[in-house]
Amino acid sequence: MNLLLTLAIVLGVLVLVRIANIAQLASDLSGENEEDEQDKANVWNSWGFLLFMVVGLFLSVYTAIEWMPKTLPVAASEHGVDVDKLMDINWLVLIIVFFITQFLLFWFAFRYRYNRNRRSFYFHDNNRLEFVWTAVPTVVLAGLLYTGLVEWNKITDRALADKGIKVQVYSKQFDFSTRYAGPDNKLGKSFYRNISDTNPLGVDTADQSAMDDKIAKELVMPVGEEIELVINSRDVIHSVYLPHFRAQMNAVPGMTTRFHFKPTITTAKMKEITGNPKFEYIMLCNKVCGVAHYNMKMPVRVLERAEYDAWLKGEKLVFQKDAAAPADSAAKPMAAAI
Amino acid sequence: MEVNQHSAVDVHEAHAHDEHHHGHHDHDHDHDEGNFFSKYIFTTDHKMISKQFLITAIFMAFLAMGMSLIFRMQLAWPDTKFPFLEDIIGRWGKDGKLDPGFYLALVTLHGTIMVFFVLTGGLSGTFSNLLIPLQVGARDMASGFLNALSYWFFFASTIVMCSSLFVESGPASGGWTVYPPLSALPQAIPGSGLGMTLWLVSMVLFIASSLLGGINYVTTVLNLRTKGMTMTRLPLTVWAFFITAILGVLSFPVLLAAALLLVFDRSFGTSFYLSEIFIDGAPLDHMGGSPVLYQHLFWFLGHPEVYIVLLPALGLASEVISVNARKPIFGYKAMIGSMLVIAFLSFIVWGHHMFVTGMNPFLGSVFVFTTLLVAIPSAVKVFNYLTTLWKGNIQFTPQMMFAMGLVSTFITGGLTGIILGDSTLDINIHDTYFVVAHFHIVMGSSAIFGMFAGVYHWFPRMYGRMMNKTLGYIHFWFTIIGVYGVFFPMHFLGLGGVPRRYYSNTAYEAFGTFIDINVIITVAAIVGGLAQLIFAFNFFYSIWRGKKAVQNPWKSNTLEWTAPVEHLHGNWPGAVPEVHRWPYDYGKPGAPDDYIPQTVSYAQTPESNTADDLKH
Repeated sequence: MNLLLTLAIVLGVLVLVRIANIAQLASDLSGENEEDEQDKANVWNSWGFLLFMVVGLFLSVYTAIEWMPKTLPVAASEHGVDVDKLMDINWLVLIIVFFITQFLLFWFAFRYRYNRNRRSFYFHDNNRLEFVWTAVPTVVLAGLLYTGLVEWNKITDRALADKGIKVQVYSKQFDFSTRYAGPDNKLGKSFYRNISDTNPLGVDTADQSAMDDKIAKELVMPVGEEIELVINSRDVIHSVYLPHFRAQMNAVPGMTTRFHFKPTITTAKMKEITGNPKFEYIMLCNKVCGVAHYNMKMPVRVLERAEYDAWLKGEKLVFQKDAAAPADSAAKPMAAAI
Repeated sequence: MEVNQHSAVDVHEAHAHDEHHHGHHDHDHDHDEGNFFSKYIFTTDHKMISKQFLITAIFMAFLAMGMSLIFRMQLAWPDTKFPFLEDIIGRWGKDGKLDPGFYLALVTLHGTIMVFFVLTGGLSGTFSNLLIPLQVGARDMASGFLNALSYWFFFASTIVMCSSLFVESGPASGGWTVYPPLSALPQAIPGSGLGMTLWLVSMVLFIASSLLGGINYVTTVLNLRTKGMTMTRLPLTVWAFFITAILGVLSFPVLLAAALLLVFDRSFGTSFYLSEIFIDGAPLDHMGGSPVLYQHLFWFLGHPEVYIVLLPALGLASEVISVNARKPIFGYKAMIGSMLVIAFLSFIVWGHHMFVTGMNPFLGSVFVFTTLLVAIPSAVKVFNYLTTLWKGNIQFTPQMMFAMGLVSTFITGGLTGIILGDSTLDINIHDTYFVVAHFHIVMGSSAIFGMFAGVYHWFPRMYGRMMNKTLGYIHFWFTIIGVYGVFFPMHFLGLGGVPRRYYSNTAYEAFGTFIDINVIITVAAIVGGLAQLIFAFNFFYSIWRGKKAVQNPWKSNTLEWTAPVEHLHGNWPGAVPEVHRWPYDYGKPGAPDDYIPQTVSYAQTPESNTADDLKH
């Protein structure tokens, strides 16, 4: 194996030496001077650029047609639909600019290759042209900026309404947990020094609003209702990434971050839309957090409200273990009553 | 050393002398006839230092590229074993399987080496050193000694960085941005032990090198220009290096601050970046710090760094395009203006790396605004390049091929920047392969294309010989096909929500459809990588066996081609040439040749002078 590799390297170098020598010899023998040689290279390479442009632009269209269907399906959240629309507007503008500029670049390369009987056009300043291509991008960018910021404000202003089902997403190396705020929709306080084997989220045992909090290993959301993710990390920076909902927010130790959104398509419906009976939403960690970063994930489901209620009923209270078995059975009817 | 310092002083005296009585005395004492060590190792000659930078950078580039090929193979064939890996990386590739921790180390070192050692140290170090004195008409840098120190700090930092590969717990592995707490806590990842310490030491040395170099470049451009070389007669290369050096001098100290605070947090128990952490079964005492503070400090350098990498490449391309299109660069002053605007804006856009860190959304809006502004001067530059080509008379030398490639990748990568700079759109593609695609095209590929253009163009100036053109063309075509083959498909992975820095995607059913794209990317990477061997061969072969160069092989106007092919410490045997015109008089109507060097006065060219020229 090693011998083969060495042999391959030696042969490779020899081939290159030959090419270099032959190129040198050929030009010496043909009696061509350097200018003739360069003329030939100009012809080959300018045709090369033309071919590269045609094939390249074709492939960029072809891959887009072929691969875009493999990317994310339709957005499953209210703001996500608008994000996708904004993305389409941006693509439209950028693709037009891409095609025009790449075409001009390679066309000029082809059209204006060297000809020793010609002089280039001595043209080095034109204020009107400079003005045009400063002003046009400025106007176009102003449009993109405006539409982008309107949408950004809409997404971030959702936080001001202070409504929605509070769900804490608690991250650590290398998994997520969720904590549901319960009937009072208030998450009990938590602090990292409270963390223990029985209290992995470090919830404050003295906080009354924590008593109805429930803990789960998946993110389940009722369709069509506002969700407020309350995001924490106990060790390093993670990122809560929900690509199907066009949602992402970092989990930063020592601070709380939030993301508000409204899921609009249930998992069952999405299976129909994608035509994939195995389709599942997913939450990924999207900030490098350690060796097993690539395996840090959590299942996500969007259910009808009734299904969601039934699921939540079956989940464990945060302090279930301390309260012992009888309290567990007592807690369920209580939650249902409220 | 003493001998060298002495001759450097001589050179400066001679220079000062020249300004008063130019043109009537020779000084052949400038030949640096020292022994091997004083000529090649501890030299203070800017031309030799530039070669030192270049060869170190080529070595580092191959190292970093090799790393990327290893992790690309893992991504394309996650279930295949490659027994040769164990031969190369030992226990990190046990049984031919890449270790997931070492995967992250490779990603981290690939990024660090490429950004800092190749595209900052290698690019600015090589070409600022070579071209600033030669193109402004100076005998050397303002301080030859600081310049040599700059290289030796650079060399020391590469040694320290490489040595981290041999550490028991592995090299730094938190990504090239080394965000704490991951990078601060050895409990979080093994690479944050000694490997991270070495990373920080290496960066401190690197920053010292960069500052020593930068101060020298700025001083040389401002103080050592030859007679007649006004700021608006400087070639765009020098303008680019000048602005780059200012950016570096202003932003690298902030990275130094960020790194020092990280050292404090790691070793001295402070809490600048750490707060409320429970790890390894125990709570830590750190309270009140903020990991986001590190990101602010890091990106305050990190974003200008993008332009520290890109501007020199654009400068080199401007010169190469103008020379080879045999046409003045279009909008010379607009080019300078747009570089200045880009440089200024680069200091107030860093927050666009942090839209989803929980930063105040209003602050996010401000950064969207400033970020999209960068697109305007960038667009101006692109249109100016296009207009320079329009009705040109284009010679497709290898350097011109790479300059064309630069414009193409600058457009492609720049456009996707508009999407990433929009906070709303960034939410869903932040930290995905879309980002990887974007910055590799706009910054990685454009800058490396600029660097190749520079090497092919100024190789005769460096070594007195020509590189082989045929091999140059082969190198170019495989490289540009490789570049687009690797990075274009990555956009689709990003739009599919595939996160970056994942060791494998096999745990995700949804990403299964992307495996064939990953194979295409890796095959393209291997092809592009092999093409670089052609370059390496051509480079080293031509140093000794290339065809002898003539003094001005590309028929250029700039001053470096008025110096003799043989290197002199002091650059010109006689007086330093005087400058009478701007550097872009190519294809001027009425002139007998299609170029008029900067040293030719208007009095000598009555046939081609324009009304504008007479105003000067």
